[in-house]
Amino acid sequence: MKTISKKMLLSAFGILFLFALIYAGCNQSKGTLTGNEAEQVYVAPGTYDEFYLFTSGGFSGQIGVYGLPSGRHFKTISVFSQNPETGYGYSEETKAMLNTSYGFIPWDDSHHPELSMTDGVPDGRFIFINGNNTPRVAKIDLREFETTEIIEIPNSAGNHASPFVTENTEYIVASTRFSVPVPQNDVPISSYKENFKGTISFIKLDPKTEKMNLEFQIIVPGFNYDLAHAGKGPSHDWAFFTSYNSEQANTLLEINASKNDKDFVAAVNWKKAEQYLKEGKAKTYNAEYYRNYVDHKTQIAVSEKNNQVKVLDPKDCPGMMYYLPTPKSPHGVDVDPSGEYIVAGGKLATVIPVHSFTKMIKAIEEKQFDGEISGIPILKYDAVVAGEVKDPGLGPLHTEFDGNGYAYTSAFISSEIVKWKIGTWEVVDRIPTYYSIGHLCIPGGDSKKPFGKYVIALNKITKDRYLPTGPELTQSAQLIDITGEKMKLLLDFPTVGEPHYAQSIPADLIMKNSVKFYKIEENGNPYAVKGEKDSRVERKGNEVHIFMTAARSHFSPDNIEGIKVGDAVYFHITNLEQDWDVPHGFAVKGMNNSEILIMPGATRTIKWEPKQTGIYPFYCSDFCSALHQEMQGYVRVSPSNSNVPLAFSLGK
Amino acid sequence: MHPSNVLRTMMNTKSRIIVAIASLLLILTFFFPLWTIDLNAPQYPEGLGIRIWLDQISGLKPNDLQSINGLNHYIGMKVIDPESIPELKIMPYLIVFMIVFGLFNAYMKNRKLVYLWLILFVILGAIGMYDFYMWEYEYGHQLNPDAPIKVPGMTYQPPLIGSKQLLNITAVSLPSIAAIIIFISIFLNILALFLDSKKVKT
Repeated sequence: MKTISKKMLLSAFGILFLFALIYAGCNQSKGTLTGNEAEQVYVAPGTYDEFYLFTSGGFSGQIGVYGLPSGRHFKTISVFSQNPETGYGYSEETKAMLNTSYGFIPWDDSHHPELSMTDGVPDGRFIFINGNNTPRVAKIDLREFETTEIIEIPNSAGNHASPFVTENTEYIVASTRFSVPVPQNDVPISSYKENFKGTISFIKLDPKTEKMNLEFQIIVPGFNYDLAHAGKGPSHDWAFFTSYNSEQANTLLEINASKNDKDFVAAVNWKKAEQYLKEGKAKTYNAEYYRNYVDHKTQIAVSEKNNQVKVLDPKDCPGMMYYLPTPKSPHGVDVDPSGEYIVAGGKLATVIPVHSFTKMIKAIEEKQFDGEISGIPILKYDAVVAGEVKDPGLGPLHTEFDGNGYAYTSAFISSEIVKWKIGTWEVVDRIPTYYSIGHLCIPGGDSKKPFGKYVIALNKITKDRYLPTGPELTQSAQLIDITGEKMKLLLDFPTVGEPHYAQSIPADLIMKNSVKFYKIEENGNPYAVKGEKDSRVERKGNEVHIFMTAARSHFSPDNIEGIKVGDAVYFHITNLEQDWDVPHGFAVKGMNNSEILIMPGATRTIKWEPKQTGIYPFYCSDFCSALHQEMQGYVRVSPSNSNVPLAFSLGK
Repeated sequence: MHPSNVLRTMMNTKSRIIVAIASLLLILTFFFPLWTIDLNAPQYPEGLGIRIWLDQISGLKPNDLQSINGLNHYIGMKVIDPESIPELKIMPYLIVFMIVFGLFNAYMKNRKLVYLWLILFVILGAIGMYDFYMWEYEYGHQLNPDAPIKVPGMTYQPPLIGSKQLLNITAVSLPSIAAIIIFISIFLNILALFLDSKKVKT
C-alpha cells in the first residue's frame, strides 16, 4: 500500500511538474524577458531619459509626454480639452483657445502628434496635433509645452489625415475623413455620390511670426481621407494621402466601403498648387472658421474669425494631383528616408504595396493613366508600384523606418510588428505585440534621418498585461529594441488616453530651450501686478477686478470685503516668483469652474460669481513652500443691496 | 639689505613699470565679483548664491537675490537691498583713488609713497573685511521677532571665509576674482620694492 501510494504521489508530482513546464512555456511565448532588458530601460534616479516621447491622448484630446527608455510619464499637455488641473480652457487667458465656428468646444479627439521639421529632421520647436471631431490643428510650443495656437479647418469633417508637415514645415496638412457637402448643405444623405466632397487643406506656417494660416484647400472626390505624409528629398514638392471608401458608401461602411480591391493614394504636388494659387486659379468660398492664438505680449489667447478660404479644383489645375491605385482600404502612407518609396498600409490587403516616386514621375510623363475621377488622373498600378511585401501580417497599418535600410510595419489583426528590407521587400523579423497594435513609432522614424534605436508599439488593448481596473483598462505602449538583427521587447508602459500615434526625439533637442519661468518685467497681461504694493480691488458696476499677487507664502490682498451676490468677480493673480518650479495654485470655495495654476512670472484670471452671502476662503492649491498651508485668505460676500464698503488688506 | 637701500627714495625703471601694472590691474576689479556666497541645499541643484561686487550685489543667476530674500523672510532676516548699503557707493571711489595713487607713484619713483600706498591699501582691506563681517553679523542676528520659523539659539550669520551649516543650507563664502586681483596688486607693489632694493645692493 505504502509503496503504491508513494509511486502515485511521485507520478502526481511528475504531472504537476509537466503542467508547470507547459505553463512556463506559455508565459515565455507571451513575451517574458530573458536577458538584460531591465538594465536597458533602467534610468537611474536623478538621471535623464535619452528621448522624449509624445503620444496622442486620443479621446482625452491631450498629448502625453514620456521619457524613453524608462517609459516614465512627465506631463499631459492640455490641447483640445479643458483641464481643471491647470485651468486650461477655464481661465480667462486660455478660454478663447477652444472657440470654434460651432461655439466653445471643450473637447476633441486627438490622433497624430507631428514634430516640426527642418530639412526633413525633427527640430524640437513645435509639435502639432489634429482635432478629429471638430476639425482643428493645434500647435504646441515645446519651449513651454503649452498649446499656443489652434486653427479650425472649414469644409471638413473628421480631420484625420493630419497634421503631417512638409520637409521644412512650410505646410501642415489636413483632410476630411468624413466627406460632407462642401459648402455644408441640407441634402438627403442618400445623395452622397452627388453632393458629398472631401477637402485636402494646406496650412502655412509663417517662418518668422510662427503663425498658422489656412493657405488653400483642394476639393476632392468624396472618399474617406485617412492618413498622410509629405515627401522628402527628391519628392520634396509632394504630399501623399491615403483614401478608402472609394465606393462612396454612406451606410454600413464596414461592408460597403470594403468592396473595391484597390482604393487610392492621392499624390498632391503642393508646389504646383502654390503656383495655381498665385495664378488666381482658386475660387473663394465663404466659410466661417476660427484661429485662436496666444498673443506674445499679453500671453492671452485671442480668437480671430475668418470668413473665406481659397479652394483649388483639380479640374482647373492639371498636374497638381494624381491617384495611385492601392490595395485595399489603406491606412498609413509613409515615405522612406530617401524620399523614393511610398509605403501604403493596406489594412485589408494581403501585401504591403510600395510605390516608387521615380516610377510615378515617369508614369506621369508617359501618361500611363487608367482613367480619371473628377479631373484627377489615375496612374496604372503596375506603372508606379516598386514592389509588394508578401506575408506582412494581417491588417498592416503603419510603417516607420530605422535609417539602416529596414522598415517596420504594424499589423493590427495579427497583433505584431513586421520588419522588412527596403528594396528586396523581404520580411526579416516579426515580434508579437500585446495587443492589437495601431500605429508604431521610431524616434525620427518618419524623417530623413531616423534616430532609430527603438520601435514603440502603440496598443489598443491590454487585457491581462496590467493589474485590472474594472471594465476600463489602461492603453499602453511597448518599447522594443531594434539595434540588433532580432527585435527585442524591453518594456510595457501605460499611456494616458489612447495612443493613436506618437513621435519621439532626442531629449537634448528640446531640453536646452525649455523655459524655466516667465520674466516678470516682460509680463504684458493688462491685469498683471508686478509688486505687492500695486495689488488692489476695483469695482466697475457689478464687475469686481481683484489684482492679486502670489508669493511664498501669501496672497496680497488676503482679506477682501464689499463683494455682493450678483457680482462677477475676476481674480487676476500674478505669481511674483522668479524661480523654476514654483507655481502657485488658486481656488475659491464654491467656484463653478476650476482651480488655476499660475506659473512664476505669469498672470492668470478666473471668474467667480458668488450666489450666496457668507465668508468664502480661498487658498493656494499647489504645495509651494513650508508655509503653503498658511497661504490662504477670505472673501466676504454681502447681500446685493448691502452697503458694506469695498475693502482689501494684507497683514492688518 | 643695507638700511640705506630701504630708505632710498628713488625707484628704478623696472619697479616703476611693475607699480604701474599693479595699479592698472586694479581696473579689472570693476569687472569681477569681490566675494561669493553660495547657498547649497538639495532643492537648489542648479545652485543659489550671491556675488558681491565693488558697487553692487547680484545673484549667481539673475533672480537669486530675490529668491534668497524670499527664503530669508521665513527666518525673519532683513531684505538684502543693495541700495541700502552705502559701502557699495564708496568702494569704487576708493579703488579709483588707489589706481591714481599707484600711477602717481610710478611717475614719481618715490619709494616712501609706495610704502604709504601699501599700508593704506592693507588698512582699507582690513576695514573692508571687518565691515563685511559686521554686515553679515547684522543680517544673521537682527531677526524679525514675528518670523514664522524660529529655532531657539539659532542665528544665521554666514561665514567670512569658509563654510557653515545654516538649517538646511550650507553657506560657502569665498573671496572671488576681484579680491584676488587686489591681492596680486598688493603683492606686485611689494615685489617692486623688493626688486628695487636688490638691484641697488649688487
